[in-house]
Amino acid sequence: MWRVRTVTALRDETATARTIVLKVPDWPSHVAGQHVDVRLTAPDGYSAVRSYSIASAPNQEGSIELTVERLTDGEVSPYLTQELGIGERLELRGPIGGWFVWRPRQTEPIQLVAGGSGIVPIMAMIRSRVASRNAAPFRLLYSVREPGAILYREELRALSTQDHSVTYAYTRTTPKDWPRPPGRIDAAFIADTIWPANVNPTCYVCGPTSFVESAAGLLVASAISPEKIRTERFGPTGDRK
Amino acid sequence: MSSQRFSYLDGNAAGGEFSYMFVHDITTAAGQCSFCGTTRPFAEAHLYMQGPGIVARCPVCEHVLLRLANVRQRLMLDMRGMTHLSFELSDAQEPA
Repeated sequence: MWRVRTVTALRDETATARTIVLKVPDWPSHVAGQHVDVRLTAPDGYSAVRSYSIASAPNQEGSIELTVERLTDGEVSPYLTQELGIGERLELRGPIGGWFVWRPRQTEPIQLVAGGSGIVPIMAMIRSRVASRNAAPFRLLYSVREPGAILYREELRALSTQDHSVTYAYTRTTPKDWPRPPGRIDAAFIADTIWPANVNPTCYVCGPTSFVESAAGLLVASAISPEKIRTERFGPTGDRK
Repeated sequence: MSSQRFSYLDGNAAGGEFSYMFVHDITTAAGQCSFCGTTRPFAEAHLYMQGPGIVARCPVCEHVLLRLANVRQRLMLDMRGMTHLSFELSDAQEPA
């Protein structure tokens, strides 16, 4: 069921990512980790549908936030991150998905693993935990290209000084004096930073397909049970060039 | 041509499209591959969306589970690669 929703605010997160706040007065509420489908229709009738994760925690205010990363050859994301204005309307379908979700009734240790803009649904889980005053121990491993690509940087910094554990992995450029050279996460890094298998954490892994395959494989290799790992892959879809 | 040459997503990405057909969320439904017999949540299926429709493949053996296409405003679902699809009602009744 497609519904027209109004953009109430826009916020740049990085040079290429923008958060879109939408008014959803009759929203059925969502669960952290879910996504919505966005449909854009051109004047000639051509339409394109893309899925975007919800970044905000469920709330009573009748609003949701999506964070969209601009893909250079994308068909939809350049419009959403550069042209869309406040007061404009978007067609939305959702909330969608009950598998890659974290619910406040969960109390077990949680290991979050995000690659690039895979942080978006994971951030909704972190925000949902904070909003529900849940005491489940969370750890986040967040892999980014470079320091400038970190989404929600200040919010994550504030949380990491409280009881969240946030570890960054840089794949291309690190901050100055960073102890580890840039590179993809590997078995040693996983062993050093994530919950050990005997804690039996539930793991959520989100990112581009290649990142998810690699990270989920490393988790299994570190003796975490595959049944405890939930994954969500994203990537360019449907574009016919 | 091997399906491995294309990048895939996973069953999560098809949740919206299947909401046209199923009252309950398909991503939490368990589907059995008719080729290798593996039963997994549909969320874990490998999803190929580059073609004119959606093709879901078994994450273990890559056999086609189902195909979904919109053909001239008729939504066509071919499920021959799935022996069964089962929905957990207690989960499905929660906010979808």
